[in-house]
Amino acid sequence: MALAFTENRKPKTENPKKNLRIFLTGVGGQGTLLASRLLGEAALAAGYNPMVSETHGMAQRGGIVVSTVVLGDLQSPLISPGEADIVLGFEALEAFRALDRCQAQTLVIANTATMVPYPVAIGQARYPAVAQMFHCLAEQVGALLAFDAGALAHKSGSPLAVNMVLLGALAATDSLPIPAQDLLAVIRTRTKEKFLASNLQAFDLGAAAARDPRNWEW
Amino acid sequence: MSELLTGAAGERRLFLGNEAIVRGALEAGVALVTTYPGTPASEIGDRCYEISRQTDLRFEFSTNEKVALEVAAGAAACGWRVLCAMKHVGLNVAADALMTLAYVGVKGGMVIVSADDPSLFSSQNEQDNRYYAKLAGLPMLEPATPEEAKAMTRAAFALSEDLKVPVLLRTTTRVNHTRGPVTLGDLAARPGPGRFDKDPFRQVMVPAVARQAHVRLLAAQDQARALAETSAFNEISGRGAWGIVTSGVAGAYVADALKELGLADKVRLLKLGFTHPLPEALLGDFLAPLTKVLVVEELEPYLEEGLKAIAQDRGLTVTIRGKGPDLFSRLYEYHPGLVREVVARFFQVASEAASPLAPEKILGQPLPDRPPNLCAGCPHRAMYYAVKIALKDLGVEGVFPTDIGCYTLGLLPPLSMADFLICMGSSISTAAGISRATGQKVVAFIGDSTFFHSGLPALANAVHQKHDFLLVILDNGTTAMTGHQPHPGVSLMPPGYPGEHVPIQRAVKALGVEQLWVVNPFKYKESLAATKEALTASGIRVLISQAPCHLYAQRLSGKKRTARFQVTKGCGECRDCLDNFGCPAMYLESGEKGQLQIDPELCSGCAFCVQWCENIRPVGAGKGKE
Repeated sequence: MALAFTENRKPKTENPKKNLRIFLTGVGGQGTLLASRLLGEAALAAGYNPMVSETHGMAQRGGIVVSTVVLGDLQSPLISPGEADIVLGFEALEAFRALDRCQAQTLVIANTATMVPYPVAIGQARYPAVAQMFHCLAEQVGALLAFDAGALAHKSGSPLAVNMVLLGALAATDSLPIPAQDLLAVIRTRTKEKFLASNLQAFDLGAAAARDPRNWEW
Repeated sequence: MSELLTGAAGERRLFLGNEAIVRGALEAGVALVTTYPGTPASEIGDRCYEISRQTDLRFEFSTNEKVALEVAAGAAACGWRVLCAMKHVGLNVAADALMTLAYVGVKGGMVIVSADDPSLFSSQNEQDNRYYAKLAGLPMLEPATPEEAKAMTRAAFALSEDLKVPVLLRTTTRVNHTRGPVTLGDLAARPGPGRFDKDPFRQVMVPAVARQAHVRLLAAQDQARALAETSAFNEISGRGAWGIVTSGVAGAYVADALKELGLADKVRLLKLGFTHPLPEALLGDFLAPLTKVLVVEELEPYLEEGLKAIAQDRGLTVTIRGKGPDLFSRLYEYHPGLVREVVARFFQVASEAASPLAPEKILGQPLPDRPPNLCAGCPHRAMYYAVKIALKDLGVEGVFPTDIGCYTLGLLPPLSMADFLICMGSSISTAAGISRATGQKVVAFIGDSTFFHSGLPALANAVHQKHDFLLVILDNGTTAMTGHQPHPGVSLMPPGYPGEHVPIQRAVKALGVEQLWVVNPFKYKESLAATKEALTASGIRVLISQAPCHLYAQRLSGKKRTARFQVTKGCGECRDCLDNFGCPAMYLESGEKGQLQIDPELCSGCAFCVQWCENIRPVGAGKGKE
């Protein structure tokens, strides 16, 4: 599934058991926790010792929700600034804010759709221009794959399936040591029956988005 | 069936730390679990409630942590294995019981989970509850991972029974809310009814009895120390003339740092899991051959102080450091990079110091914050609005002691309805003090669950002492903040919930409150009129704002309101809605003279704003539906 046009840009996983730190960030209600849990379950099924850390409680009331998935020969569940290998940004601003977790080789997969924070909604702060944020991001990191995952989720029939879109895109970049099939198997057993068809479609739409070279041009 | 009831021994599952604790307790044959919900411990109660609906496990959401601990203590006295879970500040509430329960002791194994919250993700302080083990003289285990959380919970029951005292299982948010692989053991059967064997001269803590009980507690501590000396939860690894002593999740950061810095052959590592009483011989022997030792522990220098005392006893001159300006902070949780840097600095080895990217600097403009907010359709916001407008109309400034729950978010502008907060229940008693000292117009806010938790004694006091303030009880029918757990006044019941309903109104009246108003905050005219009456009266007044948590009511019924509202062209620039109400569904269109709009995706259809703004009108039923 490796793609020629991104071959020279994206990080490769030479050693399948190497350490991998995945940082997920979004807004409460976007399904970051489910995404990180699914990654963890798939990694466990593939024989890894995943550590997944989550945000619960007060932070969830419309605030930023981050979670981490750490694989390999590591015991720490957290990811320090500058140490993420992969960032999944569920919302444009939050993807950019996570730049502090990135280094020069980081692969960032981001939703370009925005969720306006309240201070912006009432005119007390300005939401940065999305294209500008992603141009800046692309200059700093190893590779940036960004597209409107919200629109694809809508297309799948479930606006809440942004997490599945991003997981599909991540699987298609071939940067996980877990085969896409394993991730799909976990989605089949761990997500609600009612949403399964739309989740699987969202996953495929995300994978297709990762194969579209335009989404890598920032 | 709960996932925690399935799976064969040896199987590996990905469990949240809190789930691992529950599984460990089930494998140990726990018969009763009690709790008061609080982040980061809440999932322990949630999972146990579910399991109690499916098995003969007894479980209760108690009214507060002290009650939870005492209920558990009663059952433990009858031979049952019991677990009592709470957040760190909950143990303050239960501390009175804890200190003397240590004297009384237990018959069945008792595990008390204290979930600390370094970094205050969801708490009012970041106290280090390891000192409670020292203060109460109880054994303490500190897991670093979900796997250890399960193993230690299981072991803690046996330890508690052997020593006949409760055991403290001290976790931190990063353990409670980390998912990691857990190896399952066999589930144990729960015992039938226990029996209370009378032994009053051991179990009734009058001075003469307690004097003897204290002797027994000290003996149990000596026994516990002997067990800690050989406990498999205290692990030594590596070799070299330098040493690191650590506990909890900090141990994971240390393990990774030693690998990354190539120090595995130079540093001897002692990871402690059995951390009270400290194994003095083990620690002394560990320190003796070393030249310098770094102590890596989050929050207070609990281990560091213990190690220094042991070194002094042994006459050792080894350098022991932990907290300090160039070393570790007593503030906030640690992370792998931070621990790696301090370890490298302390042992003077090279470390690739990453200089993290600064998003705002790179973009050349500040990034807007994303503060948490009360939900669209939240009844608290509607009540806050009525109080705000009533005070404005009356031309009076209000002082707002508040309490702990979702409604604490009323602190943020534009609501700005929170002025003073200490802890659960403090709204009512601090209101009494403020009004007595100033004569200012004081309006205290407390939620329904918090009212039952610790508001009742404070309200009885206010009646008895003839205090002069208005108490608004924000009754949304559930404990919303921690995930919608029930409480005595619950009106939104989780499916199958067997609890008896204790109406708040009846409790308030029974305490002698004579000036009482009950309003539906979504009926604006009525709630505003009642609020004005309540504000202008004197003496102790209570106004109960009764409307269910919208989020939970919707989840329970499976039905969504379909009405939506929109802003008409007449809307000018008054901005009353943004300045005083602040519903997250409202926004200004971008541009110089952006028009106010309501996002149909976010609007909950509560129909509150439409009652006080003539420029907001219904869109028409069915439209804007998801």
